[in-house]
Amino acid sequence: MKFIKNFFERTEPLVQKGAKYNWLGSVHEGFFTFLYVSKDTSKSGTHIHDYTDLKRTMSIVVLALVPAILFGMYNTGLQHFLAIGEASSTGFLEIFLYGLIKVLPVIAVSYIVGLGIEFVFAQKRGHGIHEGFLVSGILIPMVMPIETPLWMIAVATAFAVILGKEVFGGTGMNIWNPALIARAFLFFAYPAQMSGESVWVSLKDSDNLVDGFSGATPMAQAAAGNIDNISVADAFFGFIPGSIGETSTLAILLGAIILIVTGIGSWKIMVSVIAGGSVMGLILNAVSGSAGLSPEVATYFSLPFWQHLILGGFMFGAIFMATDPVSAAQTDKGKWIYGFLIGILAILIRVLNPAFPEGMMLAVLLMNTFAPLVDHYVVAGNIKKRMKRAKISA
Amino acid sequence: MSEAIKLRKGLNIKLKGSANKELETLSIPSTVALKPTDFPGLTPKLKVKAEALVKAGDALFYDKYHPEVLFTAPFGGKVISVNRGERRKVLEVVIETDENAGSLEFTKANPTSLSGDEIKEQILKSGIWPFIKKRPYGIIASPEEKPISIYISTFDTAPMAPDYNFVIEGQMDTFQTGINALAKLTDGKVNLGVNENSAFTSVKNVEINSFKGPHPVGNVGIQIHHTAPLNKGDVVWTVNVQDVLFIGRLFETGKVDFTKTFAVTGSEIENPKYVKTILGAPVISVTKRNLKSVDYKQRIISGNVLTGTKVKTQCYLSYYDSQISVIPEGDEFELFGWATLGAKKFSASKTFITSLFPKKEYEMNANLHGGDRAFVVSGQYEKLLPMNILPVQLLKAILVNDIDKMEQLGIYEVVEEDLALCEYACTSKIKVQDILRTGINTMIKELG
Repeated sequence: MKFIKNFFERTEPLVQKGAKYNWLGSVHEGFFTFLYVSKDTSKSGTHIHDYTDLKRTMSIVVLALVPAILFGMYNTGLQHFLAIGEASSTGFLEIFLYGLIKVLPVIAVSYIVGLGIEFVFAQKRGHGIHEGFLVSGILIPMVMPIETPLWMIAVATAFAVILGKEVFGGTGMNIWNPALIARAFLFFAYPAQMSGESVWVSLKDSDNLVDGFSGATPMAQAAAGNIDNISVADAFFGFIPGSIGETSTLAILLGAIILIVTGIGSWKIMVSVIAGGSVMGLILNAVSGSAGLSPEVATYFSLPFWQHLILGGFMFGAIFMATDPVSAAQTDKGKWIYGFLIGILAILIRVLNPAFPEGMMLAVLLMNTFAPLVDHYVVAGNIKKRMKRAKISA
Repeated sequence: MSEAIKLRKGLNIKLKGSANKELETLSIPSTVALKPTDFPGLTPKLKVKAEALVKAGDALFYDKYHPEVLFTAPFGGKVISVNRGERRKVLEVVIETDENAGSLEFTKANPTSLSGDEIKEQILKSGIWPFIKKRPYGIIASPEEKPISIYISTFDTAPMAPDYNFVIEGQMDTFQTGINALAKLTDGKVNLGVNENSAFTSVKNVEINSFKGPHPVGNVGIQIHHTAPLNKGDVVWTVNVQDVLFIGRLFETGKVDFTKTFAVTGSEIENPKYVKTILGAPVISVTKRNLKSVDYKQRIISGNVLTGTKVKTQCYLSYYDSQISVIPEGDEFELFGWATLGAKKFSASKTFITSLFPKKEYEMNANLHGGDRAFVVSGQYEKLLPMNILPVQLLKAILVNDIDKMEQLGIYEVVEEDLALCEYACTSKIKVQDILRTGINTMIKELG
């Protein structure tokens, strides 16, 4: 391995400012620090620094996403074979491989496009490559329906990285969650390809579908008033159609455990999103009997509140999207308010707005927008306390 | 004594190499030096030239803006050099010690029989005044100000910090004399912050506040915040334990005696222990024959690993420090360092398996372990600062130079050491202490 280090050390002068290959500077630094933690030592301030850095933090998040990714691959295959009626006759490995082959290109496109753009921006700005996209790059595929064309993934990723992040200054500066910006971009720019019943299951034109196959997600069924068809166990374990990584509540909760134990993800946000969603679900349950509601709406209102948590993208949003530290509220108190409102809004949009079958994406983006406002009031509270104290003692 | 104030936030960084309870008295070093650079914001004016003969207590330089604040020779002898840096900035005034040079005579009297002004004059003249610092800002106290109260923390919770219960052994009476002198300088009280099993609970003429919790609970700023938080316009003074002893000896003997105990600590020290020497002694006199001989670079720090200053062996110990820490420099590449399990990597985060063994002691080097980034992770600083202050928001106010916001967010209540843990733990490797000092300097410049 030593020759790699020597290679990078030897080529370092060539990529300095003004040198022949200076346009490779950020890429050189990016790959070098990826392989080797730099030998730079403290020049001022504390002499010791924690062993964690952004690379470690981000890789823990990716690790937490692994159960959901693997399950997403399996489920992609499973839904395919269910649709053509061969699920029971196909082996586990074959199902998984089918999904793997379907999902890998999506992940590859997301990373190649996103990292490519990050490299260019880092070089233009003259700083190192920041790690934010390590997570965004895997989150983007996970919130996409499997049948999204690859070119759309590429366009959406480019949009998210450039207009969702780099225009604000890059990692740490963005206002909205980049992965959700990608999803929202496609949702509004290509609505026909991003919703409906044909995008959730991977199928070829030549496939013979089983009788009665619809491809609709349980959420779409619930919105149509068919809540009795939902299998709670299937929804919890994730054997349902949906975006690639969001279906299995169990796999997502495994990730949540990793995030909470390592302290990387904010448990406060996770808990408050779930609390907000539950409260809104209960409110809807309470008013489901009121007059004037059409039967489908009344039925959707009466969906037990906890079932909302295991359907659609709610749990994925609560664990992986709402907790993005950059776009979430920064203050401890703010996190509780921010998360709670995401939960409320997600269920509210989901149930009451027929144009949006799923509310999580919009709820998180909306609260991303308002997170600075929430923080502003928390900070103002802190200031007020200090000013009051000054007056009393004066 | 009142109920202990328990603080939960913070972190004890357990490093290998705390000093054993063993005290060695060193012989008088051949040279000692005073460094104007130890005092943030000071503009020194020299009073002596090279070749001048001085007694202990003779002024070497003074503060241009407070000419009554003198900085005096810690030991008698001959001034052999005044070392200057860029733009002729004075870096060191070096004295070649001479045991026969003697020391200046001051009034020998029990402070309880003296007036506040007499005590103040004697402390100023003897050059002990710079040991009295003021909050806000953590700079040398202004003699014309009257503090609301005076705070002394009798324990240090920083990594491998000296145990003052051990340092003070046999000097409790002198400490009491120093306290009695300080008590005359304020209309308020002298507050002692103590921890469990403290030897200082017997001290009279003071208000004792007892504290429990992890670092930075031993920082005097944290203790002030939890007893009587500073408001705009308030001034309190702070003094270190060993500096109270200087004051005590001044009044007990009528002479200055800058003998001080240092904890020699760190994983690179063969036998970590305490040594007794003179203020401003050369680093080498303290570390010699005690450094591990190794084939990698070592970093010597005057002070602790969080707030100390990097020094070389030919440098001199810093004015306010009671500790020397030596750790590996760590200027080596580490293959996939960010991805290892981390069996030997202590971390404030819980992303390394060392978090399963919280009682073990670890070795740490001076490597940054990562590159500079923007603020990304949130909630990290808040866990390490046991104050009702929003650290990130305060730092951001400083970064955009918003003086009103700095004031509103509590800049008067903190100095660098209080936020040093945040800098240590920061995922984005942000230079918290540098930023905070910039903010404090701005406040001094704008508001005085």
